[in-house]
Amino acid sequence: MSDTDDTTPITLYRLQACPFCERVVRKLSAYDLPYTSRFVEPMHSDRNAVKRISGARTVPAIVDENTGVTMSESGNIVEYLDKTYGGAD
Amino acid sequence: MELDFDIIELPDTDHPTTGETAPDFTRPLVTDEYWEDVSLSSLLDDDPLLLVCYPMDGAFPATYIWNELRDRDFEGTYQLSIAGLSISTPYEHTTFIEERGIDAPLFSDPSNEVAEQYDIVNDLDGMTGIAEPRPAVFLIDTDQTVQYAWVADEWPAFPPYDQLEDALATHCEMKPLGQ
Repeated sequence: MSDTDDTTPITLYRLQACPFCERVVRKLSAYDLPYTSRFVEPMHSDRNAVKRISGARTVPAIVDENTGVTMSESGNIVEYLDKTYGGAD
Repeated sequence: MELDFDIIELPDTDHPTTGETAPDFTRPLVTDEYWEDVSLSSLLDDDPLLLVCYPMDGAFPATYIWNELRDRDFEGTYQLSIAGLSISTPYEHTTFIEERGIDAPLFSDPSNEVAEQYDIVNDLDGMTGIAEPRPAVFLIDTDQTVQYAWVADEWPAFPPYDQLEDALATHCEMKPLGQ
């Protein structure tokens, strides 16, 4: 991506110390993608914000306004980031 | 009956005052749903902001201050937003917001650097290594100018709520009725 300046930061819903979230962070960093972190509570039941955007209370979850994509599960997210942002490099 | 207790006088400070620019900072801002890094200046896009610096979550003045602000419901009357600032962690803020029914988001600054920036540090006797902001309120306009400031000059102390409300009435627009 040569024009990351024009990119809206990806919103990452994450839990502190969650390895699956760190996996997504590593991928975002690898592609030099701007992102903002929203930290949620460890208690599943307290994660209504995540449920509202993705339909599930699991993290990590991302919202990428550049493509209109919202998704959860680190495997899916990493695959999505590879496909969307990994090819052009 | 004579009450025999001590109010501690605090030294003079060089905190931002009316007409000066409020120093910008970025800290995790905690809501009832999540926290994320937010700058003070980004909260000034639409309305003036009332920044409420208060003792750590769990201290009784923290509870008193937020109970009073909730009862007065400034946001229901005036075009403004309110944000808190204490040294408590995001997890503590989350609990505090839930337990006290706080509508405002709360900045988390365990390092107390924002208080240093604003020159409102309160060193806590008997809690080695912990300092926090003095109780203080700053009404900050959309151009980041301080419109009203009150900083505690003794400890404990509580914001002069009536005087604060006068300042809001002077500097903030009234909310349209029915909203």
